[in-house]
This record gives sequence, structure tokens and C-alpha cells, in this order.
Amino acid sequence: MATAAAPTGSARNGAGPEWGGFEENIQGGGSAVIDMENMDDTSGSSFEDMGELHQRLREEEVDADAAAAEEEDGEFLGMKGFKGQLSRQVADQMWQAGKRQASRAFSLYANIDILRPYFDVEPAQVRSRLLESMIPIKMVNFPQKIAGELYGPLMLVFTLVAILLHGMKTSDTIIREGTLMGTAIGTCFGYWLGVSSFIYFLAYLCNAQITMLQMLALLGYGLFGHCIVLFITYNIHLHALFYLFWLLVGGLSTLRMVAVLVSRTVGPTQRLLLCGTLAALHMLFLLYLHFAYHKVVEGILDTLEGPNIPPIQRVPRDIPVVLPAARLSSTVLNATAKAVAVTLQAH
Amino acid sequence: MAEAVESPGDPGTASPRPLFAGLSDISISQDIPVEGEITIPMRSRIREFDNSTLNESVQNTIMRDLKAVGKKFMHVLYPRKSNTLLRDWDLWGPLILCVTLALMLQRGSADSEKDGGPQFAEVFVIVWFGAVTITLNSKLLGGNISFFQSLCVLGYCILPLTVAMLICRLVLLAEPGPVNFMVRLFVVIVMFAWSIVASTAFLADSQPPNRKALAVYPVFLFYFVISWMILTFTPQ
Repeated sequence: MATAAAPTGSARNGAGPEWGGFEENIQGGGSAVIDMENMDDTSGSSFEDMGELHQRLREEEVDADAAAAEEEDGEFLGMKGFKGQLSRQVADQMWQAGKRQASRAFSLYANIDILRPYFDVEPAQVRSRLLESMIPIKMVNFPQKIAGELYGPLMLVFTLVAILLHGMKTSDTIIREGTLMGTAIGTCFGYWLGVSSFIYFLAYLCNAQITMLQMLALLGYGLFGHCIVLFITYNIHLHALFYLFWLLVGGLSTLRMVAVLVSRTVGPTQRLLLCGTLAALHMLFLLYLHFAYHKVVEGILDTLEGPNIPPIQRVPRDIPVVLPAARLSSTVLNATAKAVAVTLQAH
Repeated sequence: MAEAVESPGDPGTASPRPLFAGLSDISISQDIPVEGEITIPMRSRIREFDNSTLNESVQNTIMRDLKAVGKKFMHVLYPRKSNTLLRDWDLWGPLILCVTLALMLQRGSADSEKDGGPQFAEVFVIVWFGAVTITLNSKLLGGNISFFQSLCVLGYCILPLTVAMLICRLVLLAEPGPVNFMVRLFVVIVMFAWSIVASTAFLADSQPPNRKALAVYPVFLFYFVISWMILTFTPQ
């Protein structure tokens, strides 16, 4: 607006004394400073001039249109052309109004900007957080810092889905109701969101200093260990290797999460409850993922299940007893799995 | 206000000026002299409204859309840094590709017991929800690409994988065996890499430069899942 008034003065030299105040500015070579006191508000605004310009142009166009139409077809078409122009403008305005309303509603309900701060990460940060998720830190007197971001956890859950699909395909898992993809996505997202919520609820009961976002991030990064273990053991089918990795890698990532939670909880009972639950759920999930979706070595399968099992149903594979210490737990697990299968098949 | 006044300060505008042409000088500083007339070609604009695309024949419309889709297919097959896909995006191509892929990936009969293969709806849902997720992710990371442009690019870059599916189908007509599998594996891997290169060529410019890897990783996962579905497909 400031530069607008200077040429105005020059364009209206003959307009009268009210513009006289501008001449000094103009001779200064187009200075941007304007003396607002001297401006006459009724006639100086270029906005009004533009409005008038459009009005005149529209009238001109209508006249030109009428004239052009008259050249072709006489007065009747001239009137029609004018009405068509008007209806087009009305339609245009309705379109604009509708578009404005729709975009307002959209920006209100589908505002993804709420999530934007949680995705504000650099690749180097993601890499370092992935590595740190495997390193438990012993500092339990001070609350340990948890990065509240969602990019890493989300990508890890999707990676786990992809690895699970790979495992299911190579083991020819047959799923009766539902699809392979649906099962994989449901399992992984269900674990991440469900267990996070459950532990957050327990943390609320135990007075732990952790927010839902931090819990989601912590558990999400804890899935990095799961991804590594499953990726390796779905391709190398050695049970001893799996148990080793289960204890080592799974154990490390669980220990890290446990250490973070212990540093944020006060009281031995609360710490035990919270960390025991998380550790149990995390380790058992890895066990479940390996055995539920992975083919047991052929020989063991044949000897344990026998020929009279119908080939089509999804049978719980008996967990082989590799370590003597696992004998009791595997017996228990086998029994529960069989019981569950029987009840399910009864339906 | 109605007269056109010759302004002495402006250089070189000595031609007779129509009504209000002098107003063009008002909003612009003296350093940039505006020459010429403000004449909006209203007549031609009115003509354009009369020849709108509503009145042309159906064949014209279909051929024009098909040509646009075909041109974009060429851009995907020979990816260069261009923004044709971004500038005039359309979702016809992705729809055609998705439907073709889903039809080819379907297993035989509905009551077959070996029902573990992806069905039509599953492929459809994976492709579209995967593309939506990747788009949301790249927007949240700070990319300046619009929602539908991203969907368009991701959908079009499924073309190499659809070609891989066709080749795999043909290869599967031969007798099964490890050689069969190796050929299919090789074809799928090559097409997977091609898809990723193509989509990166289009999408990379819209991301902030230090976060390209973060935006490309979910694209990698997405095409990996689709390639996996293609590779493990066996007709019954």
C-alpha cells in the first residue's frame, strides 16, 4: 500500500491540492515512506479502483458480448449471452462457497498436523534410537529419557508385519477365517497398541511417570529386537539358535524397557508388578510369533501328530522339547494349546 | 477518476491508452514500467465455455484419458526427473493396475480349502491403504506433495510389478522346479528395484533433503509386500 500511493500522486497531478503532500516523496525517487495524514481515504485506495475497474470491464464485456452476438444473430442471442454469463457467475460463486465449506470441515476433522510433531525426526536420530533400544542402562535413580516420536515405532511395526508375512508364506500357514495379511497386521498392531495401553493402565495404577506416547514409543522400539530375531530364525530353522536369540536379543530389549520403567516408578511392589508384566508379555510374544507362524521341522511334526489329523485344519503345533528345563513349560503350553484347539473346534 | 491521465514520470508510454490503462501503474513502483494495455480477451473465454468437454463424444473423452494414462506409463517405465506425474495426476492408471494385479493374484475357486492366498479385496485394500499410509507419512515428515499426487505416483509405480506378475504367470505354465523359482525370483527382484527407483525419482524432490531415507523406507516395505505376494503366488 505504501508504494501504491506514490505513483498515485504522480498520476494525479492535476487532481488538486490534496495530493500536494506527496510530491516531496516522489522526487525522492520512489521512497516507500508515506505520510498517512495527507491521504484522502475516499479516493486513494487502489482496491476501490480495482473494484471499479472490474465493474467497468464486466460491463464492457457484456457490451462487447452483446455487440458480438448482435453481429451474428441479432438481439435475441445478445440477451441469452448476458444471462448465460450471469448463471455462470452464480455457479462459480456456489462452487467457491461449497469448496470453502468442505475445506473448512476437512481441516477441522482430518487435521493430520496434530501428529506432525511426533514425526519430526532425522535418519541419524532414528538409527541411534534403534541401537539404543538394545542397550539397557543401569541408571534407576533418575527417570530415564524416552524419545516421544512415532515414526520409528510405526515403521518397526510395519517391518514386523512384513517379516511375519514372509514367515507365514514359507511355512505354508493355512488360515481358515481371515486372510494372511489381515492376521499379520492384526497381530502386530494389536500387540503394539493393546499392550501399550495395558501397561499404561498398570503404570497409572502403580503411579509411574510415563505418558501414553512415551509408552507407545518405548514398546515400539522394543519390537526392534523381535524383528531381528524373527528375520534370522525364519530363514535359518534351528531351534537352538532361536532359543539363544530369544534369550539374548529378546532379553536385552526387554531389559532396556524394564530399566526405563524402573527408573520411573517408586516402590518395590509397583516396580515388580509393572516390569514383571511387561517382561512376561514381551518375551512370550516373541515365542508366540516364532511358533505360531513357523513350520516345525518335518520329522518332529510327523512323529508327534500322526496320520489321523485332517490336513486342512489349523492344528497347534506341539512345541518340541529341546532344553530339559523347558519340559514342564512346554507340556503346560501344549496342553493349553490342545485344550484351546478342542474348544475352538467344538464351535 | 474516469479520465486516463498521462503520467509525466513514466518513460515511453506514449501510445493512446484505453480506459483505465493508467490504473495499471498505480500498484507498481516506478522502477518497473508497465507497458501495454489491460485487455482481457473476454470473447475467447466465452467461446471456451461453450466448447467445454461436456459436449464432445465419448470416444474422444476415453481416448484422451487413455492417452494420458499411457503417457504416464511411459514415464514410469523410463523414469527421468520429470513432474508429469505430479503436475497432472490422475487415478485411472492406479485403478487399472490395481484391478489387474488383484484379478491375477486371485486363487481358483471360492470354496477351495487352501484358502491362504490373497483374494481380490485383500490386494485392493493392501494397495490403497498402503499408499494412503505412505502418503500420510511423507506429509507428516514435512514433504510438500499433495495427497492425490502421492497416491498417483505410488499407484503408477506398481506397473513394473504388474509386468512381473504377467511374466511369472507365463513362467508358471512351464513345469515347476527350482529353475522356475529362480527365474521368477530374478524377475520379481528386478521389477521391485525398478518400482522403487521410479517412485523415488518422482517423490524424492518433494521431501526435505535430509529426510529422503525416512520417506523412502515405507515405499520399500510397501513394494516388498506386493513383490512377496507376487513371488509366492501359485495357481491351483
